Amino acid sequence: MIYADNAATTKMSEAAIHTMVSLLNETWGNPSSLYEHGQKAKEVLEKAREEVAAAIGAEPREIVFTSGGSEADNQAILSAAALGKKNGKIHIISSAFEHHAVLHTLNKLEKEGYEVTLLDVHENGLIVPEEVEEAIREDTCLVTIMTANNEIGTIQPIREIGAICRKKNVLFHTDAVQAIAHIPVNVADDHIDMLSASAHKFHGPKGVGFLSARKGIRLTNLIEGGAQERGRRAGTENVPGIAAMTAALKETCGKMAENAEHLTKLRNMLIEGLKEIPHSALNGDAERRLPGNVNFCFEGIEGESLLLLLDDRGIQASSGSACTSGSLDPSHVLLAIGRVHDVAHGSLRLSLGEDTTEEDVRYMIRSVKEVVEYLRGFSPIWRDLMSGKKEFIL
Amino acid sequence: MALYSEKVMDHFRNPRNVGVIEDANGIGEVGNAKCGDIMKMYLKIEDGIVKDVKFETFGCGSAIASSSMATELIMGQPVSEVRKLTNKAVAEALDGLPDYKMHCSVLAEEAIRSALEDYQKRTGEIIE
Repeated sequence: MIYADNAATTKMSEAAIHTMVSLLNETWGNPSSLYEHGQKAKEVLEKAREEVAAAIGAEPREIVFTSGGSEADNQAILSAAALGKKNGKIHIISSAFEHHAVLHTLNKLEKEGYEVTLLDVHENGLIVPEEVEEAIREDTCLVTIMTANNEIGTIQPIREIGAICRKKNVLFHTDAVQAIAHIPVNVADDHIDMLSASAHKFHGPKGVGFLSARKGIRLTNLIEGGAQERGRRAGTENVPGIAAMTAALKETCGKMAENAEHLTKLRNMLIEGLKEIPHSALNGDAERRLPGNVNFCFEGIEGESLLLLLDDRGIQASSGSACTSGSLDPSHVLLAIGRVHDVAHGSLRLSLGEDTTEEDVRYMIRSVKEVVEYLRGFSPIWRDLMSGKKEFIL
Repeated sequence: MALYSEKVMDHFRNPRNVGVIEDANGIGEVGNAKCGDIMKMYLKIEDGIVKDVKFETFGCGSAIASSSMATELIMGQPVSEVRKLTNKAVAEALDGLPDYKMHCSVLAEEAIRSALEDYQKRTGEIIE
């Protein structure tokens, strides 16, 4: 079996599992309790906070543990919006291909009277920093741009965007869910005010993540209750999950350069191989993309049938086709980079992990070629394209 | 639980009656690329009987399986029966489809209906 869906989730590392199990067995006290068993859990929690902060260049008190990336995105955006409104600032800048945790939160704010500008991500899937600067208005309260896109892996110029926001005195949030532990991110160097991350994207457990919020930024509570997380997120802390996330973060960050080198090599090999398929196209910039991300469109076929046949061959991947999104429209990310519906339905994302080998890549290239050719063999669109009745898009 | 029934997966993996009938006397194409599903049915009708049927489909697993099952259901059948084929019959023969995939069986019904209409237009025959 070849697992090529690491952008969806990753396998928990042994260190993370070990940490989690030992805490579940031994340190299961409530960190808010005053006796030693509780205080031990508190110690684990605060140690985790220090280590998470250190991994991204933040201060421990700036880290709020959450249930994952979506919660962190919601909290960051709603907090900035609430702070803005106090000063009459109701304009938010984002991009057309953000994660739905961001886009749907922005939709909600629009209904409440906020104004949202979604920047063009261009054909290469990259934001142009100058366009961020041009979009900033007197009443802009937030710029929220993802560090790396979850579907096509393009890495945004967040340091430049951060510097612009700092200069203009506008809060900058970045959804770094796909980036943390895979590429260097540092909230101080990159001028990031708020950052969202999720453990299961870097070999930690599901259901845990964090929001880093620069001190002085008053966060809006999404969950009211006790005074946990300095009153910014109520509910007894998920200590085993948080500690396991931290173990995974440390381990994966420790191997970041090595993994990136290995994955970039495999990624480029896979891209070169898949490019040989006629009437196909790589989605997103070829260079400025996550080390393990490959995303292609193949004309004349539909993504779900491609995935099912790859699954039969032991390859687990994903697609941005409508049939896999559960809606009638294909991926908003592919539409945002200008892919028309007809070809966006025929997309394939292969997201490699540190266990992926060269042999796996060769097998994937061979399998994708065969399956695409097979499906084209009885596709009425392909027949029309080949006979000249329809014009090729790719 | 798997996404699809074993029947769906069988028809998806080993689609029956795939291809083109060069001398078809009824051809129907439904769906559009924008929505991600296109089905094309080729019928060869002789003496009021479907002598041969073939399909081409651009679409998801259940679209391919629905096309395949629909061709099996109408092969060798009198056209008077074929015109009664419903999407429900296609879905049931596949041991069911997920709710959000029922439209694939509708597409199969429509593709056959469209091919029958084409046959009527070409031959002037009225199907009772």
